[in-house]
Amino acid sequence: MSLLHVIFAPGLFSSPSVQAAMTVGGVVALVCAPVGVFTVMRGQSFAGHAFSDISATGGSAAFLLGISPLLGFALMGLAGAGAMEALGAGRHRGRDLVTGIVLGAGLGISALLLYLSTTVHTTTGAAVTVLFGSIFAVSSASWPTVIAFGAAALSLVAVVYRPLLLSSISPDLAAAQGTRASLVGAAYMGALALSVALSALTIGAILSTALLIGPAAAALRLAKTPGRATAWAGAIALGSVWAGIVLAYDSYGWPPVHQGWPVSFFVVTLVLICYLLAQLPAWRGR
Amino acid sequence: MAGLFSGFMVDTWFEASVVAVVAGTVGFFVMLRGATFAAHAIPQGAFTGAAGAALVGANSLVGVGTFSLLGVVAIARWGRRGRHDVVIALCLVTLLGVGSLFLSMSSQYAEQTFSLLFGEPLAVSSGDLVPTVLLGAVCIAVVVVLYRRLVLSSLAPELAAVQGIRPERVELWFLLSVGAATTLALPIVGALLVFSLMIGPPAAARFLTNRPAGAIAASGALALATVWASIVASFFSNWPIGFFVGSFAVVWYVFGRELVTWRQRRLRNGQRGMARRSGPSAVGLAR
Amino acid sequence: MSTSPDLDRAAGVAPLVPPLPGPEDATLTVTALSVRLGGRAVLQDVSFSLTAGELTGLIGSNGAGKTTLLRAILGLQPISGGKVHLGPRRAGRSIGYVPQKVVLDPDLPVRARDLVQLGMDGHRLGIPLVPASKRQQVDRLLASVDAFHLADARVGALSGGEQQRVLIAHALATRPRLLLLDEPLANLDLRSTQETVTLLARIAREQGVAVLLSTHDINPLLPVMDRVIYLAGGRAATGKTGDVVRSDVLSALYGHHVDVFHAHGRVFVSVGEEHREDGCELVVDDCAGSSAPYVGDLR
Repeated sequence: MSLLHVIFAPGLFSSPSVQAAMTVGGVVALVCAPVGVFTVMRGQSFAGHAFSDISATGGSAAFLLGISPLLGFALMGLAGAGAMEALGAGRHRGRDLVTGIVLGAGLGISALLLYLSTTVHTTTGAAVTVLFGSIFAVSSASWPTVIAFGAAALSLVAVVYRPLLLSSISPDLAAAQGTRASLVGAAYMGALALSVALSALTIGAILSTALLIGPAAAALRLAKTPGRATAWAGAIALGSVWAGIVLAYDSYGWPPVHQGWPVSFFVVTLVLICYLLAQLPAWRGR
Repeated sequence: MAGLFSGFMVDTWFEASVVAVVAGTVGFFVMLRGATFAAHAIPQGAFTGAAGAALVGANSLVGVGTFSLLGVVAIARWGRRGRHDVVIALCLVTLLGVGSLFLSMSSQYAEQTFSLLFGEPLAVSSGDLVPTVLLGAVCIAVVVVLYRRLVLSSLAPELAAVQGIRPERVELWFLLSVGAATTLALPIVGALLVFSLMIGPPAAARFLTNRPAGAIAASGALALATVWASIVASFFSNWPIGFFVGSFAVVWYVFGRELVTWRQRRLRNGQRGMARRSGPSAVGLAR
Repeated sequence: MSTSPDLDRAAGVAPLVPPLPGPEDATLTVTALSVRLGGRAVLQDVSFSLTAGELTGLIGSNGAGKTTLLRAILGLQPISGGKVHLGPRRAGRSIGYVPQKVVLDPDLPVRARDLVQLGMDGHRLGIPLVPASKRQQVDRLLASVDAFHLADARVGALSGGEQQRVLIAHALATRPRLLLLDEPLANLDLRSTQETVTLLARIAREQGVAVLLSTHDINPLLPVMDRVIYLAGGRAATGKTGDVVRSDVLSALYGHHVDVFHAHGRVFVSVGEEHREDGCELVVDDCAGSSAPYVGDLR
């Protein structure tokens, strides 16, 4: 009885903010799973990382303008995808350089917007909220948006699933089958931008890559087919998010400041642990 | 205007200049080797060190330096050359999370988060002067001593191996210099903008000259210009310095690309002029 | 110096062309070299020697072990048997190497002369001081490969053939006795191929360098090749071209039936499926001149 109380501190399940966090976090985890699997398969982890930093700019803007942070994350992510395509970030040569430069600019703009937030709204903590997330602060008013974005991302993936799968394995094979690489790529990028935005809402812009890449990378170690990998990724992501929320709630009394440890820290650490555990069989065999 | 060069600002100017020269020089090799991932990842790990140092009240330089070193060792040991390894990326993101944990435990969560991520040139203290200069001098010395090996192993590791150079050794020294540049630059421009300071100037410098030595000098000069202009702008506008550093990187990149396009256009116009004068056969000969 | 191939049909497996007796001053002598990679015998019992001033072709299809052999000679590849012996010792680097795929970004601020200079002193510590004498040396090296006019151009912006020449100059920077090239003709157009082959033959002759280059197509080398090392199944047949590129020798080497077709000075090697006793040699001469094509012993 007491052990259960330690793990699930009293009031956990009845707290409305926890319920909201569990719901939103759950939806986000399940959306990130298939998109993340494709991202890792296509070797585009850096693009995912780029989206994280870019969405930070959107989140900062949203904070300043007082609109929903999710909208800020998403709009900026989609705009960033378009900008990167326009700047020729798709071509491999020099891709990393231009991506890095755009990211840096985006982060610089975030800095400015967050600073302006503190002067305009006289609130501190904007940086923390945008960059490191605060899922407990997600209001139930944003649930429809969350679900809409999640559904959109999943639909994009579902629609282009087969050509996406083929082109992830071999772009030449896909081209030979007549799939329009640009359309498939655009659909994927759209899904990626939305997923990153959702993840940024959950654990913060700077950390959002972890929820996207971590469970997917672990799942691809554990399963051979994309379908099963998606299932594993969903399970790992879901487990990490929910366990993170529980731990964050429990940590309210922990030292040193007795204000709780950040949720995002727990989620990201749990994701890493799952990934390392998934690597164990491979490491043992070496 | 007077405040810009007043007492405590002198420290800032001096240290920032050292930082700029080091970052510009190391950044040249980051560009040469295409090591954007390492240059992006090491500052992230360093952020955690800074946060930890802030929590326990230790010297920030020590915290940043230690975690930069850890990042260097991790990438040297496990990272594949230039590749965005999922493991490293996950470890570094987790480190960022740990950093946010450390900061959450301090009493100045929000302010410190902001200044560690986006820079705070005014927080430079005169006590950091000597270590900064020393570390900067050591970093530059490493680059100078290993200059030829760095260039050759960046161009073609096989050619270096044939000369008895061990590319992994050179890579380790290179990463150490990135770690040193990160340690110096993080307090001033912030963890998230160290990368921009390192690769923005070389992105233009590489088109200003054909020679590697000239490009390094140009890179250092552009980095100085970046830092100085950013300090001035930040001083007067109160806007965070990271914003200016990030924006300048874009300016340098675009400037470099435009320079190339302009030159190509001039070359083509010259060819066309020649063709008009001496007939169509001349165009094929000109390169 | 020619040796006729010795075949032992009764055993079913022919011992390969025995190594030429290496003269004491042979630049490179490889004896019974064996290399295993991942449990597989990539090279088995390979023997040959190279002489200064000669151009030797290392022929084999993709995956035959050409790169492995070159790396073994360079000391970059651990060997599981045999010996690699470089001729009499001399100061400075004795082997120049032009690797297979050197990818150079066109935006890099490195000139052709910088790359060649690194061939001379790339391993040295410290900042390079470039006295006039060194600069002249670099100029001479570039001139020797017809690349002097490219000295101040960015290496990454050069064409494939031009980059190749600069890499050759880089490899020759320490006046090596042995020059190894890994598939130098792979991505070149016809004209560049011919130019490169002519250049390499000239370098071998004029500078007394032993040149060994690997390729999967023997034909561009036929006009200038002094000797050939034919690699198949990890084993090698070495000797003069006419002695090695024959259906009986190559059939023994491959262990399959091999036809060798000669037409207008070109060679086409066709590896069949089953092992046959009789070789097949089809020689097509100058068809345009004669009334009817001469067809050789075709069974």
